[in-house]
Amino acid sequence: MTNCFHCGDECKEDRIVYEDKPFCCHGCKTVFEILNSSDLSYYYDLENTPGISPKSTEGKYDFLDTPSIAEKLIDFSDGNNQIASFLIPSMHCSSCIWVLENLGKLQPGVRSSQVNFPKKTVRISFSSAEISLKELVNLLCRIGYEPYISLENFDRKKTTINRSLIYKLGVAGFAFGNVMFLSFPEYFEVNEFWLDKFKPLFRWLMFAFSLPVVFYSGSDYFISAFKGLRAKLLNIDVPIALGIAVLFIRSSAEIILHLGTGFFDSLTGLVFFLLLGKFFQQKTYSYLSFERDYKSYFPLAVTRIVPQTENKEEQVQVYEIEKGDRILIRNGELIPIDSVLIKGDALIDYSFVTGEADALEKSSGDKLFAGGRQKGGIIEVEALKPIDQSYLTQLWSDEVFKKDKRGTFKTLINKISKKFTTGVLSIAFISTLFWLVYDPSKALNVFTAVLIIACPCAIALASPFTLGNLLRIFGRYKLYLKEASVIEQMAEIDTIVFDKTGTITTNAKTRIVYKGEDLTSDEEQLLTSSLRSSNHPLSRALYEILDKNNISTLDDYQEIVGKGILASSANNQIKIGSAAFVDETVKELTNNTKSLPNRTSVHISTNNTYKGCYVFESEYRDGIQELFNHLNSGRELIILSGDNDGEKTRLENILPAGTAMYFNQTPEAKLSFIKELQSKGKKVMMLGDGLNDAGALAQSDVGIAVSENINVFSPACDGIMDASRFKELGDFLSMSTKGISIIKWSFLLSLCYNVVGLLFAVTGHLKPVIAAILMPLSSISIVIFTTIATHYLGKTLSKKIALKQKS
Amino acid sequence: MSIIYMLLAISVVVALFFFFAFIFSVKKGQYDDVYTPSVRMLFDDELVKPKSNPTESSKKEKSN
Repeated sequence: MTNCFHCGDECKEDRIVYEDKPFCCHGCKTVFEILNSSDLSYYYDLENTPGISPKSTEGKYDFLDTPSIAEKLIDFSDGNNQIASFLIPSMHCSSCIWVLENLGKLQPGVRSSQVNFPKKTVRISFSSAEISLKELVNLLCRIGYEPYISLENFDRKKTTINRSLIYKLGVAGFAFGNVMFLSFPEYFEVNEFWLDKFKPLFRWLMFAFSLPVVFYSGSDYFISAFKGLRAKLLNIDVPIALGIAVLFIRSSAEIILHLGTGFFDSLTGLVFFLLLGKFFQQKTYSYLSFERDYKSYFPLAVTRIVPQTENKEEQVQVYEIEKGDRILIRNGELIPIDSVLIKGDALIDYSFVTGEADALEKSSGDKLFAGGRQKGGIIEVEALKPIDQSYLTQLWSDEVFKKDKRGTFKTLINKISKKFTTGVLSIAFISTLFWLVYDPSKALNVFTAVLIIACPCAIALASPFTLGNLLRIFGRYKLYLKEASVIEQMAEIDTIVFDKTGTITTNAKTRIVYKGEDLTSDEEQLLTSSLRSSNHPLSRALYEILDKNNISTLDDYQEIVGKGILASSANNQIKIGSAAFVDETVKELTNNTKSLPNRTSVHISTNNTYKGCYVFESEYRDGIQELFNHLNSGRELIILSGDNDGEKTRLENILPAGTAMYFNQTPEAKLSFIKELQSKGKKVMMLGDGLNDAGALAQSDVGIAVSENINVFSPACDGIMDASRFKELGDFLSMSTKGISIIKWSFLLSLCYNVVGLLFAVTGHLKPVIAAILMPLSSISIVIFTTIATHYLGKTLSKKIALKQKS
Repeated sequence: MSIIYMLLAISVVVALFFFFAFIFSVKKGQYDDVYTPSVRMLFDDELVKPKSNPTESSKKEKSN
């Protein structure tokens, strides 16, 4: 077996050898030629087989010649110099970075280019006199880096990156370090002459450093606590804000009244550690988007036939399409608008939009819905509605897409913070009362000391570090979650809803079974030869699995659209196609012998005798049975499919008994189905893949999009899962549950620290140095504990996965 | 010992200098992409057979 020098794919029988190197296709060879002739062959030294096989994009980007469309993609232009940014999903290694940053070698018009690898974008500055935007995009396509251009580019807003957390963290860290230095001399309470002399200066410097920490870095905690109190909620930020405020006021009072050095070191350290936890939790997969709607799936422009003309074509933005406009859709293009087919052979694949597994044939006069993909020749359609009123896009007007679902979720920490806060406040008041009776001079001291030492820094760190670690571990195993709190919700899931097409079935392969009389070798030869000439997707799929021996030329070949193929060679005649086309009597035949309603099948007859049919069955993902059996304990499992119920009996055989199944569900029905489950108090996880699941994904507590290639479009969701990891879903769920118990254990641990600290506080012995030791000690030990525990969990997960792969 | 005042002032100034350097670098977007530069710095004399224009400076230019 030889692998392609460019892309690393296996070379099949039609491999090409060029300069002693094997290539799997002409596309790969061409890229090699281009790079080699421009002295860019270092590309192949940097990584082994780094390339991507280029797809044909002939004419696909013609719309970029229209200035009004092109300007949507250009970030900056001063006449001659233009800058454009592209999202390049296929970027994956250092060779990619290198070649994209050396585009200038390939095309002198490119001034410079800069890659942002985590975001998978490249920012290209080019001279518009030497190279147009369209040529630039075509250049990228030619070397295998096709940019992703969609309707989303149209109303792209200037995204401002929110860097305030880094600033706040920087300020807190800076102040923490300096205050630590300045407070160090006083830890030892030596009465040295010079030290005493500089004491006030040191203290006031510390005061100055802590000002920005309290009023800038810590401001979020005050705001959040205030909002919580106004909503009559005791969230975790209440005791934190109280702690920060008391620390600052007491410390300032101490230095103003020359009573002591204050707790500025603890104060700045506290804020610094808290922000560090927040920062750690903020793991983002910047190249994945969890907020996508139909806009990033739809094309930016379409080919319109200029009104009042017959054959003149023009490229227009999708938004400009009006009712009655005629549009041309080529093979592989998306229908952007609800329309009526005028002419051409339409074979529309709706699998992404409705969940129907099989492409539908349409004849002129039929209505086509937006979102379908044409597979076949060019068709001409007439628009019925503008884009934002189409059947599919109306789903996005549901209010579920507007609200933030995290807002209503009560995290573990918020659940305990109420008890914690009331506990701390009562301890503070009781001990103050005691001291008021016993020794009033110490009462205020004790009151503030309790609030300071009980500040729940360690508790507040436990969940960000645990969840942040888990988020990273999940990412390593190709489950990419939007944010850490999704894990907490995953732990509570009791109902799991699966979409069928594309989620539990795979798009990559279909199972084709032959049922009927065996074909003779002559007949088989005739079959493959005739299929070879056909471009129908079913013919292509069937051709792929058949032996390709002795392909002969046909004497006669005829393809009847919507029906099938009629071919003959050497006295043999074959009919391939729909049941009605192949043989009038077949319909009864199939109904009698096998019950195959709603199944895609290709029937065959030779010399007018019926032979049999190839039945296309969707292939379920590996390990689906084990997964369902694993999940079945204690959870409700539901199949919610937009497809017909043709697979029902097969599914019933595979899946455990009691799995509910619903078919023919519209996108809206899916959404309301989830809503109804939730109103019964269920915690619902939805797994889907297509646009028709978008509503259900948004409505569910945890919506996971399953994707064969995480770089291509997936609808808005809480997490994106690589399809190859689908069978490990159960492990991910149990890991989330274990993660929650880690958090609970760390709460217990930090409570122990609090008890020790409180003993100092209520007895009136809390010295700054004790606070300064206890606070970082508890925080750091919590961080260490959660890190070790989550890594242990990660280890067990990797063992489980390795075991599964072996068996 | 009044030299302490001066030393303190200097130390604070030095600290502030680095602090503002940090703020500046964040503002310039240096922390937005912390991965690509680490790869980019390893590309050096990558041109295999430099012909007429062996110097490459384009990629190091900031495009903004």
